[in-house]
Amino acid sequence: MQFDQILQYTLSGLSTGAIYALIGIGFSIIYNSTGIINFAQGEFVMLGGMLTLFFIGVLKLPIWAAMPCAVLVSALGGLLFERLAIRPLRQPTPINIVIITIGGSILIRGLAMLLWGKDTHSLPPFSGDDPIAIGGATILPQHLWILAITVVIIAANKFFFYHTISGKAMRACSYNSRAAGLVGIDVRRMVLFSFVISSAMGAVAGIIVAPLTMTAYDVGVMLGLKGFCAAIIGGMSSGVATVVGGLILGVLESLGAGLISSGYKDAIAFIILLLILFIRPQGLFGKAESERV
Amino acid sequence: MKKELLKFLAFAVLVLAAPYALSGGYIMNVLVFVGINTMLAVALNLLLGYAGQISLGHAGFFGLGAYLSGILTTTAGWNPWLVMPLAAALVGVMAFVIGFPILKLKGHYLAMATLGLGIIIYIVFNETVDYTGGPSGLSGIPNLSAGSITFDSDVKNYYLIWSFTLAVCLFAINLANSRVGRALRAIHDSEVAARVVGVNARLLKVQIFALSAMISALAGSLYAHTMTFISPASFGFNFSIELLTMVVIGGLGSIYGSFLGAALLTLLPEFLRAAQDYDIVIYGGMLMVMVMFMPGGLVRGVPDLVRKLVKPRGGDRHA
Repeated sequence: MQFDQILQYTLSGLSTGAIYALIGIGFSIIYNSTGIINFAQGEFVMLGGMLTLFFIGVLKLPIWAAMPCAVLVSALGGLLFERLAIRPLRQPTPINIVIITIGGSILIRGLAMLLWGKDTHSLPPFSGDDPIAIGGATILPQHLWILAITVVIIAANKFFFYHTISGKAMRACSYNSRAAGLVGIDVRRMVLFSFVISSAMGAVAGIIVAPLTMTAYDVGVMLGLKGFCAAIIGGMSSGVATVVGGLILGVLESLGAGLISSGYKDAIAFIILLLILFIRPQGLFGKAESERV
Repeated sequence: MKKELLKFLAFAVLVLAAPYALSGGYIMNVLVFVGINTMLAVALNLLLGYAGQISLGHAGFFGLGAYLSGILTTTAGWNPWLVMPLAAALVGVMAFVIGFPILKLKGHYLAMATLGLGIIIYIVFNETVDYTGGPSGLSGIPNLSAGSITFDSDVKNYYLIWSFTLAVCLFAINLANSRVGRALRAIHDSEVAARVVGVNARLLKVQIFALSAMISALAGSLYAHTMTFISPASFGFNFSIELLTMVVIGGLGSIYGSFLGAALLTLLPEFLRAAQDYDIVIYGGMLMVMVMFMPGGLVRGVPDLVRKLVKPRGGDRHA
């Protein structure tokens, strides 16, 4: 009995963890190419889910067409956000960037509320909702979709960053943007790319999680923060470490909610966040770096 | 310094005379909130504007003050005047202890950590139902009284709150112009340089964090006693952002700027009643526009703008 329960919590924790991982990688991509933590990241997750609903409900598109459209529009949103809010900043100090991305996130959330109202909506699951038995636990087909899509996206991500010219150029910018500029890489364009990619990834996360947890104009805040938490555990890497971070967070949260108290579920993520920041700010797997002044 | 004192006296006279010029319980009630928010904005400004350390969790300290006062005066029946400094001291000690690990972090990381702290505090308010009443709130908190006066009307509360607010402002102005204030600004500009010239940056940052938390807790206690009812919704993440907006819009590192920001953000929703749902969009837009075009806030941006309009060809040499 007890074992089955733990298995159940772990399985469902893994799929929420995969979502956190996707969002976390979005944070890391932008952070690595610009040194910016984009506090608006969560809003693109919300946009993914809400735009899919919009395309299905208002424009009457079939779900398979609505999803890519939603990702595209969210990516466009990321592009506009970088061009209109980040790039024109005259004094890009960390505090100004924190404030402006927070301002952007509030603005996006507010506009979503005005456009689509305050109601909570659900998206139909991709392939039915008959539970599948695994050991003594059950999972939904949607859980499998989430895990599969996450794996595909992470593999594609890896391919892009290691085997394409643009990906390599973006990595070059993250190591040393000045040197990258000197060898002819258009650094500003790479920064723009990073915003586009991470908002698209956020949108995908928002779409695949919507059938499980419902979506509304304000889901972005919590999902974004937890994605950040995953990225912190992973030491802001845009690879496996952040995926592991997301999975750890998802499972701990799910176990904590199931076995201790569901009311404190959200607190668990933040306690982990604080502990990691206090004890190992370089992430669970990272090496400490010294700061240049 | 003398000029500063005159400025403050003018401000104080204006504040104390306001009830004679304005009438009506409603506007007085709104001005009570301006007072509380000014106190909070000044507290956050000491940290953000002077020391350059961001906090997205100040609503949590505000809430802790309110709940400590609320719980200890109702359930335990203690004297409100006794609880108030006790609550501030407790919150100060807590902030001091957590300040050491938290203020080691910088920039984005500090923002996220303080945000996490604020959310944890908010969740605790919601979940410890036996003490706080949970999401439905805590009611029946007594009004403050002094001798035969009970602060139960809007005008009385106005004088009560604003005497505290003015005291906090005077204290902050003095602090900013003292040796400590200069050390804080040095940390703001370059922590390493500050340490090189002998400023104990680590300790000072923690101290100002604790002080800022204490002022916020004091504002919380006063809020609890004037409202007589509190619920977690007033102390969430959104309120932390609202405080940040007040400080940024008014002007970082300016006490009067904090008053301006607090007044603007408290009065604005009252005027926008008809367009209630738009306020969140307006906050977001204002934050972005201010950071982009007026990074110095209203107190510096408006005079600059006027100067530019009056002397269009002058160009600003002090850029």
